[in-house]
Amino acid sequence: MDDLLREFLTETNESLDVVDVELVKFEQEPNNATILDNIFRLVHTIKGTCGFLGLPRLEAIAHAAETLMGKFRDGVPVTHEAVTLVLASIDRIKDILADLEAANGTEPDGTDRDLIDELERLALSAEADDMAAAMEEEKAAEEEVGTEVYQVLERPLRPGEVSLDDLERAFQEAEVEIEMPEPVEEAEDEGEVAAATPEAAQKTAPKKEAAKPRNPSGKGKAAQQGVSNQSIRVNVETLEHLMTMVSELVLTRNQLLEIVRRHEDSEFKVPLQRLSNVTGELQEGVMKTRMQPIGNAWQKLPRIVRDLSQELDKPIGLEMIGAETELDRQVLELIKDPLTHMIRNSADHGLEEPADRVAAGKPEKGNITLSAYHEGGHIIIEVKDDGRGLNLEKIKEKALKNGITTEAELEKMADQQIYKFIFAAGFSTATNVTSVSGRGVGMDVVRNNVELIGGSIDLRSTPGKGSSFIIKIPLTLAIVSTLIVEASGDRYAIPQLSVVELVRVQSNSEHRIERIKDRPVLRLRNKLLPLVHMSQLLGQTEEADLDEDNGFIVVMQVGSQSFGVVVDGVFHTEEIVVKPMSSMLRNINMFSGNTILGDGSVIMIIDPNGVASAMASHASSTLSDTVEDERDNEEARVVDADAPISLLLFRAGSDEPKAVPLSLVTRLEEFDVAKIEHSNGRDLVQYRGSLMPLVYVNEGDRHKSEGTQPMLVFSDNGRSMGLVVDQIVDIVEDRMNIEVVSERQGVLGSAIIRERATEVIDLGYYLPLAFDDWFMRKEIDVATKVKELLFIDDSAFFRNMLTPVLKAAGYDVTVCSNAQSAYELMEKGTEFAAIVTDIEMPDISGYEFCESLRRDTRFRHLPIIALSAVVTPASIEKGRQAGFDDYVAKFDRPGLLAALKDVLTSDMGVAA
Amino acid sequence: MTTHKMASVDADENRQGSADHIQYVTVVIGGQLFGLPISQVHDVFVPEKVTRVPLAPPEVEGVLNLRGRIVTAINMRRKLHLKPNDADQGMMAVGIEYKGESYGLVIDAVGEVLNLPRAEMEVNPSNLDYRWAEISGGVHRLDGRLMVVLDVERLLSTLIEPKAA
Repeated sequence: MDDLLREFLTETNESLDVVDVELVKFEQEPNNATILDNIFRLVHTIKGTCGFLGLPRLEAIAHAAETLMGKFRDGVPVTHEAVTLVLASIDRIKDILADLEAANGTEPDGTDRDLIDELERLALSAEADDMAAAMEEEKAAEEEVGTEVYQVLERPLRPGEVSLDDLERAFQEAEVEIEMPEPVEEAEDEGEVAAATPEAAQKTAPKKEAAKPRNPSGKGKAAQQGVSNQSIRVNVETLEHLMTMVSELVLTRNQLLEIVRRHEDSEFKVPLQRLSNVTGELQEGVMKTRMQPIGNAWQKLPRIVRDLSQELDKPIGLEMIGAETELDRQVLELIKDPLTHMIRNSADHGLEEPADRVAAGKPEKGNITLSAYHEGGHIIIEVKDDGRGLNLEKIKEKALKNGITTEAELEKMADQQIYKFIFAAGFSTATNVTSVSGRGVGMDVVRNNVELIGGSIDLRSTPGKGSSFIIKIPLTLAIVSTLIVEASGDRYAIPQLSVVELVRVQSNSEHRIERIKDRPVLRLRNKLLPLVHMSQLLGQTEEADLDEDNGFIVVMQVGSQSFGVVVDGVFHTEEIVVKPMSSMLRNINMFSGNTILGDGSVIMIIDPNGVASAMASHASSTLSDTVEDERDNEEARVVDADAPISLLLFRAGSDEPKAVPLSLVTRLEEFDVAKIEHSNGRDLVQYRGSLMPLVYVNEGDRHKSEGTQPMLVFSDNGRSMGLVVDQIVDIVEDRMNIEVVSERQGVLGSAIIRERATEVIDLGYYLPLAFDDWFMRKEIDVATKVKELLFIDDSAFFRNMLTPVLKAAGYDVTVCSNAQSAYELMEKGTEFAAIVTDIEMPDISGYEFCESLRRDTRFRHLPIIALSAVVTPASIEKGRQAGFDDYVAKFDRPGLLAALKDVLTSDMGVAA
Repeated sequence: MTTHKMASVDADENRQGSADHIQYVTVVIGGQLFGLPISQVHDVFVPEKVTRVPLAPPEVEGVLNLRGRIVTAINMRRKLHLKPNDADQGMMAVGIEYKGESYGLVIDAVGEVLNLPRAEMEVNPSNLDYRWAEISGGVHRLDGRLMVVLDVERLLSTLIEPKAA
């Protein structure tokens, strides 16, 4: 491509963006001759250049568009249709230009006859009137009287309306001195009103006159050229390179300063100070070359809003404040798309239908305000609409549906927090997907883009009043002011953008780290701040090793999330030049980059967004710990049977403490003794709508005669049993190592718990006392032997109940909740002396499990025992065929233990 | 492989004499001799002030500043699944460039430069540890010892690509 053409492309693209904006302005102010003149001149230039470069297609369109606009200039009224057509031509020109660029300077094939015909048709339709107008104009100039222009109204006159021509004639006759106003044909409906009433037209007349200098182009052009003469075009690459070099210079300067700081009276001090200042200024200067007014990113928005307004059939006004606010070119490019998206969103969802607006007592025309301003080292961009605000209920509904949150969490949230769900991925509350928005790739993409450049996004919404999105982004990405901190002996840089304050931690001061279920928190001015240790965040240390008494808390804010990061030390702040992480390390989202410090060492830059999301996942795991079924938790513990478990200590019948695994206890209840009823030879209470049998630890025990009676309630599958106890002592976390196995029924054995010999209750003994068929309802499975036993049961209840039984018998038990995970364990090569499995399990039954194991040579002789509630000759036979060594009833615990002993001693795999 | 072979020919036509020889910088890692094509070796340096990178892959020793550039140091012993170096033993590093970024391979010691005929390189023995085989371009039989040719591109891509995916 030759230079001339390249220059042409750059220039034309710029001009076209200007034309876009100007045209929309022009549509609203059809009488502003300056605007029209600007457009005309730009299109004319494009036409001229195209002719010169031999681009006939472009030239033809530009020519046709120019002709039509020429008519406007001659006074033909500006219509929506005409403007839309001109805009369409501009788009076509852009398309061709893009192809031109891609095809290296060859115009694409094709014809634009359709457009040109349209343009010409419109131009022609005005021609006759135009000629008349031209003649009038001459006359007008001589007589100093206004021009009469033939008016084209886009619709037939309504009864009672006067045609514009009549109106104008009336004017001309009445007010000779005033130059004739151009027809008022505003973009929206005001035009109609003005045209319909002489008074209104009269009012606008003087204004229009002022706004219509006959030939302002000469002056405007001169001013424009003056500006362009003072600037030169520089290749972006050149600037980027310059920027990099300056960054290096800054680093080197910092290094020098560091050295001088160590040598007290160095003769370098003064010249270095000077170098430092110059470097600072140079840095600032170079930064300036990269700065562009944010208006450049907004250029396309008026056009977009206009098109949306038509497409959605809503009148929309766009106000832009602070377009001159400057920010880094790179940042500018990156926020263009998010901004466009947000504007579209506001227009589509934010603003109500005109009828709804009127009903809500608002003006029909919706307003979107886009503003930008500097604040600290950042730039704040706000997109605000005066629409209906976000729909809280819909967001809640959607958040629940998408499983992002739970009802319980929603309850606790403030509205503003709930609104933020719209930033979650795949979240769109638009009921109808329109061509404009509502495709579910919305605000999350916006948020990602903003966060990518180290910014944050926030939103506010008031029902019925509108919503506003606030983006906070750094002025530049290249140089960041950071706080240097230390954790686990390493230094890290935290961008100051997200640092709110520093708090010194001392165990005896008011700023003390407290804990809620192991999670550190800090009381800070009536707020509870979640804390995380930096070294823990970075996987450097375990929580236990942390020094609680000394350190600093860096209070950070990312978006609306506040949290504290505990560090060992804080040094100073330093301006650093961010260097991207090596691609090998880029996947670590805790770091946004690295840099070389003044002392020459490399330091990692913490990414506040990474920390925030780590905090969030930390928090949610905490949540699941507490909210989720305790049983799952328990399960994990049981798999490692040596791990400490929670035990409930109580007394019943005697003074010795007794214990039962807490996971088995459904709840602790106290009943008024008056509520205990006696029926059919046993004690019962009405509990949750059904009768619950009471069981005593020792036969012959009695419940209290007055007051309340504490008891442990065990439930499974809708049935409950109450174990009457004298007193609930405590809940402890301890290993349950049964050291003395009991011969006595109802007691598994004794274990040392809290340094006291404690009887561990065998729940399996008591359950059938309440319901004879307790074990019949479910198949049980049990793990085996002194050595390794694998015990599979889908019911957590039976897993928890039988594991201690087996453990008490001296087996080392591994528990699985289904056959699949058992397969996986065995595939991994974990060896078991025997397997005890439940028969009735979802997905893979005990029979299938056994059969498939028998097919595998490795497990052909592995003893496998079936546990079942149903023990009939037929079922035993079926078990035999499947390959089970033995078949035991679930309630028959001595039978199970005997069977285990049998298969393990004979080791022959023969059924007992 | 092709690219660096070509480069080595261009770079050192005089000393090399012919296109069918490749010059190798030899290094020792855990007692084993390795060879890196000289065309790929940027420099040899003593790594100092290495900054640890938490959460990084275990092979990454850290990052360091080498004349104003940030270099990612890779612990070759760890990459080759060898025992870690004794703490007091000195470290050396071979600087290489890969896809516009600087890396330093931390090794035990640097040896001489060998000019070896291309034709004498043999393919990896089939029983070579797979973790070695994936980064080895072949083996040279030298007098009394064997030299494993390090394939720098494969070495670094094994570290980068699984993460990028």
